Amino acid sequence: MPHLVSIDNVDMRYGGVNGTLAVSGLTMKVDKGEFAAVVGPSGCGKSTLMKLVTGLHIPQSGVVIVAGSQVTEPVSIVGMAFQNPTMLPWRTTLDNILLPLEIVEKHRHRLRAHKKEYVEKAEHLLETVGLKGFGSKFPWQLSGGMQQRANLCRALIHEPELLMLDEPFGALDAFTREELWCVIRDLHAAQGVTIILVTHDLREATFLADRIFVMSARPGRVLKEHVVPFARPRDLDVMYEKGFNDMVHELHGEIASARVVA
Amino acid sequence: MSAVTENTASSAAPARPLLARVNWTSLAPWLYTLGLFVLWELLVMALDMPPTILPAPTRVFEAIMQYWSPIWKNSLQTLYTTTVGFAIAVAAGLALGLFVGWSKTIYAGLYPLMIGFNVIPKVALVPILVIWFGIGAVPAVLTAFLISFFPIVVNVATGLATIEPETEDVLRALGAKKMDIMLKVGIPRSMPYFFGSLKIAITLAFVGSVVSETVASNYGLGYMMSSAQSQFNVPLVFAGLLALAVEGIAMYALMAWIEMRMTGWAHRSSMSH
Repeated sequence: MPHLVSIDNVDMRYGGVNGTLAVSGLTMKVDKGEFAAVVGPSGCGKSTLMKLVTGLHIPQSGVVIVAGSQVTEPVSIVGMAFQNPTMLPWRTTLDNILLPLEIVEKHRHRLRAHKKEYVEKAEHLLETVGLKGFGSKFPWQLSGGMQQRANLCRALIHEPELLMLDEPFGALDAFTREELWCVIRDLHAAQGVTIILVTHDLREATFLADRIFVMSARPGRVLKEHVVPFARPRDLDVMYEKGFNDMVHELHGEIASARVVA
Repeated sequence: MSAVTENTASSAAPARPLLARVNWTSLAPWLYTLGLFVLWELLVMALDMPPTILPAPTRVFEAIMQYWSPIWKNSLQTLYTTTVGFAIAVAAGLALGLFVGWSKTIYAGLYPLMIGFNVIPKVALVPILVIWFGIGAVPAVLTAFLISFFPIVVNVATGLATIEPETEDVLRALGAKKMDIMLKVGIPRSMPYFFGSLKIAITLAFVGSVVSETVASNYGLGYMMSSAQSQFNVPLVFAGLLALAVEGIAMYALMAWIEMRMTGWAHRSSMSH
């Protein structure tokens, strides 16, 4: 089976020849439909990884292949969501969610004529994340958790093959975060989208992912790859099982020693 | 004032006394203005000031009645030159602001030039404008324009330059071009900055037009005041100042209202100023 994302021996250096080497010898493969998580000590180049996969940065050496073609410019088959929801305050939540359709080549020319169909799709997505009826509200009328749900809708509206999440739940309280874990778990199950989640939260990674990549301190590379054995669909209760805790513990140990090496 | 507050606090009964029914906050601006005039009047009386040094407000209002026609005519002239200069400043400032905010290179190249240009006192430019355009309304309009367009440029450019990098990343990853990001994010985002800068710009525009009228014109409040001063008609000078204050407040209020109407979302969301 071909990989949707394949990163092969990639070096990425910022700021010229003597600049910081953010990642070095990075190799990582993610299958289609898989949920991958990337964990590691802070400054390990996780955000660089995001930018490499989405084509915002082109590596100096090595090859990044997404959906069968080498990445040389931004790939429009991805959706992105960051910790900061970055909703545009002058647009309603619905219009914020429709924004990617005004950009992506495939949709921008048919948006006006097929507005109704797209709005229905957006409203359906809102319903899936538990925001039914909030489309007409402005983002600043929503709580942080609700904004992040809307942010997920925006990342998914153009039906991307790949969803890149950069610590999307970092700024939320524990209960809201668990709720959103379930939202993203269900979205993944229902839409068959491939997800790469960059996170600091090891429980989050273990709960959500099929495969976890542990990265080293800067310059980042993959230290270890874990396959998460728990059956799907997973319930939040899985986090109280012994196997789950052992896995989190093991990840924790690996990252702690990666920090010491740095 | 404290007696009034106590009165308001203690009047919980249904039939509230007159003093408690007055909305003091909306009345306050008028009361404070009145208070200023009363203090001024008292000061003139107490120090026994001759009207050629500091005329009492009553004397100034007398002058307003007496010279109503020239004050009215010159006020309109000043309002006209100021508004025209300001309108040019809005158009040029918006255009240059968008141009400057477009790329980091343009920003880096033009910024020192604009600073240098802005620190030149505009009154020093009036003689040059007079050489080019002669005495009259044109130098006044241009001075108003030159002095008021800088804050607009800086504000618009700031709005464009402070787009969150995440927003830009999200859109660029979707294949957005620079133009898309400008139209969808940059320009709407810089609008609160733009409308906010109008309040500063209109005040400065008055400074520009009056300075120019004072130095080189035969019309306008600036000219009227400088000629009144040369005849020791100090009450008329103060009448001119009052007319300017009224025009300035009116235009400022108009700009604040436009700002509120156009970009109210910015005041209610976290993105303010």
